[in-house]
Amino acid sequence: MTAVLGVPAVQTPVRRALKVFFRTPSGVIGLALLLLVVFCTVFAPYVAPYDPIKYAPIDRMQGPNLHHLLGTDLYGRDLLSRIIYGGRISLAVSTISISLALIFGGWLGVLAGYYLGWVDTVIMRVTDVFLAFPAILLAIALLAFLGGGFWNLTLAIAIAYAAPFTRVVRAAVIRTRDTMYVEASTALGAGDSRLLLRHVLPNAAGPVLVELTLRLAYAILAEAALSFLGLGTQPPAPAWGQMIADGRPFLELNPWVSVAPGLAIMVTVLGFNLLGDALRDALDPRLNR
Amino acid sequence: MSLGWLTRRVALALLAAFGVSVLVFALIRLVPGDVVTNLIGLEGNVSVAQQAEMRRLFGLDQPIPVQFGHWFASLLHGDLGVSLRTDRSVFGDLLLRFPVTLELTVVALFIAVLIGLPLGVTAALNRGKAADFVSSSFVLIGLAAPEFWLAILLILLFSLTLRWFPPNGFVTWAESPLQNLRSVFLPGLALSLGLAAAVTRIVRASLLDVLNQDFVRTARAKGLPERVVIYRHAMRNALIPVVTVVGLQVGNLLGGAVIIEQLFGLPGVGRFALEGINLRDYPVVQGSVLWIAVSFVLVNVVVDVLYGLIDRRVVYS
Repeated sequence: MTAVLGVPAVQTPVRRALKVFFRTPSGVIGLALLLLVVFCTVFAPYVAPYDPIKYAPIDRMQGPNLHHLLGTDLYGRDLLSRIIYGGRISLAVSTISISLALIFGGWLGVLAGYYLGWVDTVIMRVTDVFLAFPAILLAIALLAFLGGGFWNLTLAIAIAYAAPFTRVVRAAVIRTRDTMYVEASTALGAGDSRLLLRHVLPNAAGPVLVELTLRLAYAILAEAALSFLGLGTQPPAPAWGQMIADGRPFLELNPWVSVAPGLAIMVTVLGFNLLGDALRDALDPRLNR
Repeated sequence: MSLGWLTRRVALALLAAFGVSVLVFALIRLVPGDVVTNLIGLEGNVSVAQQAEMRRLFGLDQPIPVQFGHWFASLLHGDLGVSLRTDRSVFGDLLLRFPVTLELTVVALFIAVLIGLPLGVTAALNRGKAADFVSSSFVLIGLAAPEFWLAILLILLFSLTLRWFPPNGFVTWAESPLQNLRSVFLPGLALSLGLAAAVTRIVRASLLDVLNQDFVRTARAKGLPERVVIYRHAMRNALIPVVTVVGLQVGNLLGGAVIIEQLFGLPGVGRFALEGINLRDYPVVQGSVLWIAVSFVLVNVVVDVLYGLIDRRVVYS
C-alpha cells in the first residue's frame, strides 16, 4: 500500500487500543501488580527468604518482624515465603482453568453463534443450566465427588466458569456474521473455516480478552474459597485460601496467619480487575480519547 | 410486557433448574463411593449382604434413570424424599433452613444498598475530588477481597477485639429478636461488602451518565433547584441499571452465602447442601441444590420483570 501525502498513517485497532491502554493509569497499575505477582511466583525459590514447608517450631507464631516480614505460622514457617509459593498454585490453577473454560466454552459459543438454529438452541439451553446455579456451589459439588487435588480443582473451576465464555463468544460471533464484510467474503466464495478464522474470531478477540481477564479474577477467588473449604490442593503445599483457614483458630494469638494471605489474594484480584477494566475501555471503539 | 413473554421466561427458567437437578443427580451417582460406604466408614464390620440390603432399601440398586424417575415423580407431589442419615423430610428441613438464608441475603442486600447508594451518589456529585477517591478505593477493595477473608477480619475486629457480636452461631427470631439480629449482622456485613462495592460503582457511573443528558440540562435551564434536578429527575433514571446489577448479584449472594453460612455456623440452605455433599446424602443434595437453583432463576425472572416496569422503553418479545 502506498502512503498518500497529507493523509495520516492508518492507525490499526490494536495500536489504538494500546495507546489508550497505556494512557489509563489504573490499567498500568493493574498490569504492574500482576507482573510483580507473576515475577515473585515464577522466581519463588530465589525471591522467598525461607523454605515454605520445613517446620521451624522454635520460630512459631511470630508477628511481623525483621527476620520474618509477615511473621510465622503455627509450625514456624515464614508466612511471606508460604504466600509467594502459594501464588504458584493460585496462578497456575486460575490460568489453566480459565484457558480450559475459554477453549471449551468458546468453542461451543462459536458453534452456537455461527450455525444458529437447533445447534444454538441446544447449546444455549445447556448454558442456561450452568448459569442457573451459583458457580462456586457447582465447583464445590464437583470437588466433593471428584476429590481435591490440583487437577480436579482446575477442572472444577473450568467447568463452573465455561458457560459465560459461551455467551460472550456467541454474541461476538453473531455480531460479526451479520456485517457487510462477512457477506462480501461469502459472496467471494469463502468457506466456513476461512470466514471463522479470518473474520469472525479476530473480531471476537476484544470482548473475549476482557472477559478472560475479569474471569481470571473470579478464578483466583474461587480457588481461594475452595481451598479455604479444604477442597483444594492438599497440604503441606501452601495455598492462600487454606492458609487463611489454618490461621482461623488462632486469630487472637496471631491474626497475621489469616490476614496476610488475604492481602495477597486481594492484590492479585485487584490487578486483574484493574487490567480488565482498562482493557474494556481501551478496546471500546466508542471511547476515543 | 406480555403475559406470553413472562410464561416463556418462567418456563425456560424452570427448565434450567430442572437441568440442574438432572446434572446433579447424575453427577453424585457417577462417582465411586456412596452413602452406604460412607455410613459403614462410621459403623465398621458390615457384611456385603447387609450392604446390598441397605442399597436396596435406599433404592440405590436400581439404574440411575429409574431412580431419577422415582425422585421426579415424588417431586411433582411436593415430596423431596427423606435424608438417608437423619430420616427427616428434606422438604421439611429446607423449609426450616430457608428463612435463615433468606434473612442473611436480605440483610446483606439491605446493607449493600445502604452503603452503596449514598457512596455512589456522593462520588458522582464530587467527581475527581477526595470523596470520589475514597469511594473508588472502597470499590476496588470490595470487589477484590474474598468475602470469607472479610468475614475473618470482621470477626477479628467486632467479635474478638470489641466483643460486640458473637463470632458464630445462630439465634432464631422467635427465641430473641435482638440476639437474632446480632447473630446475622456480621455474616450479613461480610456478605454485603462485595455487593456494596458493585452498587457504588454502578450508581456513580449511571448517575454521571444521566447528568450529561439533555433532560437534566433542561431541568437546570428552567431554574429548578439542584437538589430537585438530582433527586427527582436524574436519580430516577440513574437507578435503572442499578436494579439490574443488584438483581444479577443477588444470585451471587446465594453462592457466597454457602461459604458464609459455613464460616459462621448458620443453619441455612447453603450449609445444608454442603453437609449433604460431604456425607453423600443424595436426597439432601438433590433437594437443596434444586431449591437453590429455583431461587436463583426466579430472582433473575423477577429482575427482568422489574426492569420492564421501571424502564418503559424496554419491550419484551
